[in-house]
Amino acid sequence: MPAPPNPHPSVPPTETSIWDRVAQTQDFKSLLAAKKAFVIPATIFFIVYYFALPVSVGYFPAFMQRKVWGPLNIAYLFALSQFAVTWIIAYLYVRAAHKFDAYGATVIKDLEHIVAKGN
Amino acid sequence: MTTTLILFLAFIAITLAITGWAARRSGSTASYFAANRQISAWQNGVAVAGDYMSAASFLGIAGLIAFFGYDGFMYSVGFLVAYLTVLLIIAEPLRNAGKYTMADVLAYRLHPKPVRAMASLSTITVSTFYMIAQMVGAGALVALLLKGSGITFREAVIGVGILMIVYVVFGGMIATTWVQIIKAILLMSGTILLSFLVLAHFGFSLNAFFTAVTQVHYHAPDGTLVVKDFLTPGLRYKPPYGALDLISLGMALIFGTAGLPHILVRFYTVPDAKTARYSVVWAIAVIGTFYIMTTFLGFGAATIVGRDFISKNGGNNMSAPLLANALGGSIFFAFISAIAFATILAVVAGLTISASTSFAHDVWTNIIRQGHEHNPGEERRVARIAAFVVGAVSIAIAIALGPTANVAFLVALAFAVAASANLPVILFSIFWRRFNTTGAVMGLAAGLLGSIVLIFIGPSIMGVDAPTVAPAARHMIQHAPIFPLENPGMLSIPIGFLGAIFGTLLSKRDAAGEEKFVELQVRANTGLGSEKAVAH
Repeated sequence: MPAPPNPHPSVPPTETSIWDRVAQTQDFKSLLAAKKAFVIPATIFFIVYYFALPVSVGYFPAFMQRKVWGPLNIAYLFALSQFAVTWIIAYLYVRAAHKFDAYGATVIKDLEHIVAKGN
Repeated sequence: MTTTLILFLAFIAITLAITGWAARRSGSTASYFAANRQISAWQNGVAVAGDYMSAASFLGIAGLIAFFGYDGFMYSVGFLVAYLTVLLIIAEPLRNAGKYTMADVLAYRLHPKPVRAMASLSTITVSTFYMIAQMVGAGALVALLLKGSGITFREAVIGVGILMIVYVVFGGMIATTWVQIIKAILLMSGTILLSFLVLAHFGFSLNAFFTAVTQVHYHAPDGTLVVKDFLTPGLRYKPPYGALDLISLGMALIFGTAGLPHILVRFYTVPDAKTARYSVVWAIAVIGTFYIMTTFLGFGAATIVGRDFISKNGGNNMSAPLLANALGGSIFFAFISAIAFATILAVVAGLTISASTSFAHDVWTNIIRQGHEHNPGEERRVARIAAFVVGAVSIAIAIALGPTANVAFLVALAFAVAASANLPVILFSIFWRRFNTTGAVMGLAAGLLGSIVLIFIGPSIMGVDAPTVAPAARHMIQHAPIFPLENPGMLSIPIGFLGAIFGTLLSKRDAAGEEKFVELQVRANTGLGSEKAVAH
């Protein structure tokens, strides 16, 4: 009876290890590419958007104090927009992560395949 | 006063009952350190929020907004946006690749001993600094809230300390998690109620509310009446270094949150990375709602209670309770005070468990015992002793510092160390193949030392006070500050990253480590071979 795939595969690093073979599968590469395509631009965006707030408050105080909506000034509305942006990015990430999960599931199948063939 | 005391006691009774219940379920190592990894997404999300929304947030930010308006609200923004770093970069790989502590991820492909030793030092430093700040605040606050009951600062600190030790030693992660959840729910209800009453005070007109915020009255120290628009930036962070300090503060918050050990350990309590992801989303929802409402708490206190009255009745940390008193009378004051008390207790418990877990798991089991318990249950026993010691030391230091000590810099220091020491090495060990042990040790050491040195030569410790300043409130070193910023992040974070980069590039490549990087990458991204939830 073939042994079921070990959930904690501690493969001796003799030949090309199972991890290397998994890492070289197209599915794993697609998983990493999909993650990078979302996470890198999203991270750059939220960091730039966030630091735009202290930078503009600190260096363009006259502009930021301008009243634009009743008693509210640009500085306060910009600060409030940070909350909205955070929630929107979190929502978009969760949506994109469904795709990561799907890729992840195929990678696990690939691994089971490799283990079955290897034994 | 008596109502406050009754509510305090009610909270203590409920949390002790939970601790008793949890103690019967904490029979294994995974249950003690990671609540059997069976906490659900909403539970963990609310608990993360509970761990994060400290007295510094609830009382501190409300007070900063009440006294300095817009600049205080900048803290609220940074505290929330920081969770995008946790969600996008840290939470899932950490859950997939680790077991109980942040060091697990680092030790995965680097030499475990030096890396765990440095990571544990950094973890215990962050947790202890943060905890001393909370304890001093707690003692002063409890003594103030229970004014007239005869409870002194010293008794309050000892009481809070003993309770937190009991939660952690007997209830482990299960009790700590549920204490956080109850506290977060209480804190959210209190904040929503308080915000509602502020709006009601202004006839539910946001326009009337914000118009009042643009005309806040108070008396300057020289006795002249001042009218200020509290939506204007710059009331606290003034030239020449105000702008840089704001940016530096932002850096510490955005990069530090994802390196706070007591937040990171929470992701080991859920069954898998997907649940970790959803728990961050829950945390973002709860934390965001809370920090938006600091607008009503802080500006409400500024307009309805006023800076003059708050200054005479306990200072800016009392803004939220005094606002409750003004709007809902003594019963509501008691309720908000009890919430503040619950907030402090829950946060110190979370800090204690992260420090003691790091000592037991990283230092004891993995360094002293070479990775294996000699006796079953040993790791848990060591953690309990460590929790007791950490608690006792924090109590002693808080009492020695006394109620008037300026400890706000300890919180800034905790965030700076987390951002400058912990985050660079976590990022590099997950994303940089060439990263090696020397890099990790150098990065942790540079970030830790850089933060501490810059705080000590900065305006929190150094400064020349007028002779009229009370002895306890004086700067520790009577000399003009060498480093001009309160928040060292802007310089200490690059120092941490550079330490890690140069340490790596100036030392030999680690072929075995780079080989294991592939394994770590597969595991971190897919959850293959990750620690599973324990059936009970």
